[in-house]
Amino acid sequence: MARMQDKVCLITGGTGGIGYASAELMCKEGGKAVITDIRPVEGEASAQTLRDQGYDATFIEQDVTSESRWPEVIAEVVALYGRLDVLVNNAGVGAGTDLEESDLAHWRFVQSVNMEAVFMGTQNAIKQMKLNGGGSIINISSIEGIIGDPRSAAYNASKGGVRLFTKSAALYCADKKYNIRVNSVHPGFTKTPMAENVGDLFGPADMERIQHEIVIGHMAEAIDQAYGILFLATDESRYMTGTELIIDGGYTCH
Amino acid sequence: MGRVQDKVALITGGTAGIGYATAELIGQEGGKIVITDLRPVEGEASAQALRDKGYDATFIEQDVTDEARWKEVIVEVVEKYGRLDILVNNAGVGEATDLENSDLAHWRFVNSVNMEAVFMGTQNAIKQMKLNGGGSIINISSIEGLVGDPRFGAYNASKGGVRLFTKSAALYCAEKKYNIRVNSVHPGFTETPLLAGAADLFSPEDEERINREIAVGYMAQAIDQAYGILFLASDESRYMTGSELVIDGGFTAH
Repeated sequence: MARMQDKVCLITGGTGGIGYASAELMCKEGGKAVITDIRPVEGEASAQTLRDQGYDATFIEQDVTSESRWPEVIAEVVALYGRLDVLVNNAGVGAGTDLEESDLAHWRFVQSVNMEAVFMGTQNAIKQMKLNGGGSIINISSIEGIIGDPRSAAYNASKGGVRLFTKSAALYCADKKYNIRVNSVHPGFTKTPMAENVGDLFGPADMERIQHEIVIGHMAEAIDQAYGILFLATDESRYMTGTELIIDGGYTCH
Repeated sequence: MGRVQDKVALITGGTAGIGYATAELIGQEGGKIVITDLRPVEGEASAQALRDKGYDATFIEQDVTDEARWKEVIVEVVEKYGRLDILVNNAGVGEATDLENSDLAHWRFVNSVNMEAVFMGTQNAIKQMKLNGGGSIINISSIEGLVGDPRFGAYNASKGGVRLFTKSAALYCAEKKYNIRVNSVHPGFTETPLLAGAADLFSPEDEERINREIAVGYMAQAIDQAYGILFLASDESRYMTGSELVIDGGFTAH
């Protein structure tokens, strides 16, 4: 019996990076994966790659910031697989912020993807999971939901928001006896397409600072985050809710 | 292939409760187990129960507060299995403290078992693990290493000490490039002999408060903690060090 046998998982931003690595690992452990993304060509290709490995995987196009799209996506998942057991709110943007020169439109864009989408995903997943007896919601925050970064004000705010919203949602579900657990994962610097894009925003001095802060001296692979997400998705973590899984090579412990 | 295949694990206080559940799970996942305890009769019986299930398990008698004994125990492990990959500093006492009426002897007793033993175990394990290319040290703190409890002054201090000592040791090992990870686990109220022993110390009002604070409304089983320890012991968590795994049913989320 695999660790995720027959569990139905919805993973936003599942086309690449941590999302794709999580989808692959959940399938490997017997789960069924629905990945969503705003990019239909890349999304279909990723789902096909999973199916080519013999896994049960589907792609659904989704803009996670669209409120009306969320109920449709959940309905599609249930139409296909009959239930929803795991939601990984993984989609995110890694924009840098120049605190003096940025505007409210920039701020709102970052919050809409990184925080509002997590609210809507959690809300819609709860409504379905309570019908099928419970579930596990995993919100991907960041080490930047724990510590500050001078170049990432909007990102800091969004990830800090996810950290505490997760606890609120965990307590809400516990109060209601829904048997739905809600936890956050806090990746450190991880080799993903998102980190590569953000890399342009850092100067050599920033990179030196970052390398110094990563105490084990190297960045994570996406699979390192995926194993933590898998642990929170399985029933092995059934007593964990409202908590934080920090996978950062020691970045935030000093 | 188990998740800790052929890894050699040393678990203090491994006779019962979280320690025994962890030993069993590590055995199930292909690891070799050495459990230690003050109580030779119970310890031998627990090791025999593990061997009866087909696991490779050994008991060594150990007072974890004895500095000289730590070196001997590590030597015995290495003589028997050739290496040490995992140390779970699990032995502990759950003594209550009356802050106005307790004395220094009480304080030192609690801190000797819960904190000094963790220092000595970590120190001795590092010296062996660096010779065999790395390892994972898991220190069992508590939610009482995160939040205060009016009846547990010494216990709070000891578990808070373990939490920060863990980060210091993680940074030390990272700096030295030993490939040794050090993390803490923070169990919430768990059905174990330690808790059963401490239960007499709680009044009905304390119990009501505790039940209200456990968001999910019930205590953990030892296996719920063991799964978290297994995750930290396995290479699945290779990017985690200096981090805290809180398994508390939402106790500290509010």
